[in-house]
Amino acid sequence: MPTNPAIRLQNVCFAYNREDVLHDVSLSLDSGAFLAVIGPNGGGKTTLVKLMLGLLKPRHGSVEILGHAPCLSVPCVGYVPQYTAFDPEFPITVLEVVLLGLKRKHSRRLGAARHHTERALEVLAKVDMKRFAHRRFDELSGGQRQRVLIGRALMSEPDLLLFDEPTANIDPNGKLCLFDLLKDLCKGLTVVMVSHDLISASAGITDVAVVNRTLIQGREITPDMLELIYGVHDSTCPLDGYLKSLSQVFDTPESLLLAQTGKSGNRAPKSQHRRRSFDPHVRNEPQGGSND
Amino acid sequence: MIEALSMSFFQNALLAGALASIACGVIGSLVVVNRHVFLAGGVAHAAYGGVGLAFFFSLPVLPCTIAFTVLAALITAHATFGRKERTDSFIGVLWASGMALGIMLLNLTPGYNVDLMSYLFGSILTVPRTDLTIMLVLDVAVLSTVYFWYGDFLSLSFDIEYARASGVPVKTLYTLMLVMVAVAVVLVIQVVGLILVIALLTIPPMLAEMGARSLSRVMIFSVLYCLAFCMVGLMAAYHFDLSSGAAIITVASLSFFATKSIQKIRRS
Repeated sequence: MPTNPAIRLQNVCFAYNREDVLHDVSLSLDSGAFLAVIGPNGGGKTTLVKLMLGLLKPRHGSVEILGHAPCLSVPCVGYVPQYTAFDPEFPITVLEVVLLGLKRKHSRRLGAARHHTERALEVLAKVDMKRFAHRRFDELSGGQRQRVLIGRALMSEPDLLLFDEPTANIDPNGKLCLFDLLKDLCKGLTVVMVSHDLISASAGITDVAVVNRTLIQGREITPDMLELIYGVHDSTCPLDGYLKSLSQVFDTPESLLLAQTGKSGNRAPKSQHRRRSFDPHVRNEPQGGSND
Repeated sequence: MIEALSMSFFQNALLAGALASIACGVIGSLVVVNRHVFLAGGVAHAAYGGVGLAFFFSLPVLPCTIAFTVLAALITAHATFGRKERTDSFIGVLWASGMALGIMLLNLTPGYNVDLMSYLFGSILTVPRTDLTIMLVLDVAVLSTVYFWYGDFLSLSFDIEYARASGVPVKTLYTLMLVMVAVAVVLVIQVVGLILVIALLTIPPMLAEMGARSLSRVMIFSVLYCLAFCMVGLMAAYHFDLSSGAAIITVASLSFFATKSIQKIRRS
């Protein structure tokens, strides 16, 4: 029996001024899926998340989250925003940050109830930050802060988690630890994770959406998606180094990637694309004919 | 000093200082952590328009100034909410136009002979009993508001986008915060005058932030610092025959620079 998708966007257009940031975007995500939203800076990824949160209203089209309008789904949605806008000297403890994630139906007065504090400490234990509960938030490293912000999002026991660039300002090792953590924490939840970095988006992911003004959704990385991100480029492009790294992570032959995004414009048939495993612990073995 | 404490005007001054310290410490903390110091300065200077209106229409000064300043805060909230750029220009306009209106109305007031300096630099020694009652009521209102919506104010101040995404009514809270800034400003004008009000709103929270882990503690320490500055400043003013507002701010400023210097020496 078909179930309602957790997220459904239909023909959504959004513009900050006159020019569309998102144009005719449609997306459908099943409950329990883990969607990586990737794309270049300024491509509309954060705008997409804000539309899902109800912070922005589409100019055209409709947005449905957990079967309702975004503003009605707020209590069931956890959100981890981009780590950029915090005052580095703000006086707040780690425990207080997590308590901010309480649903709004609970009391907001000074002094948390004991059961809320206990719940916050449980959440901090889940993200391995319990020992820092009474530290000031600004005393933590970038990776630790991100764990605390994930804890804040989990505090309301959400059905849907939205991450906006969770790995920004985190070193490569910290990124791997964070994705390992997310893999465990997000079991059973629907997750949308925005990243501009394909290499980061590699843990437990079931669906991919590439956004650059428009959107392509799929269960595998396709040349269409790469072209939407990077456009056509020649072999001297500095992106080639990146594509080499990408081919290792996604097990997509570098030559195939270059062929699909190269100036020749030749496209390999879709059958030649290999479906990648999004599980970082599963090594993707070569599957037959190589393009090399 | 004992002699001074027995005089009713000095007792009123101490009480006014204590009541202003409560609002000042709590709201000053919100002003500092939200980086709204310039905005609070604009509201403070706009308050002079309320003083002018009160004299021009022969109305009670404190209620009239509060009403005018709250109106200025509401306009400011509407004009600045959600805008990251150009808000300073609007605050500059508000700052100057409020002052200009106040001066003009005082010029037009027939038989005007009020000491202008007492509103610019404070007149804590002349605060009447009725004003103390109004200050007490406003303190209770401010404390209750912050107590019951502390979580929302904290969320708004720490991460406005998350607050908005989690359903916190951020515009209402922002407006409420500016209204409380207006109330605190008017209470502090009684103590140090509108020229010096910013110092008393910002120095205590900045000192409190150095040793506090949370916003609630910053608020508590700010109230205590503010209280200490008012009491020591008042006594210094009485002892050396100085302007009370200037004495209070001088004590606060000296404490601030001394603490910062000690902190720097310790770090080096």
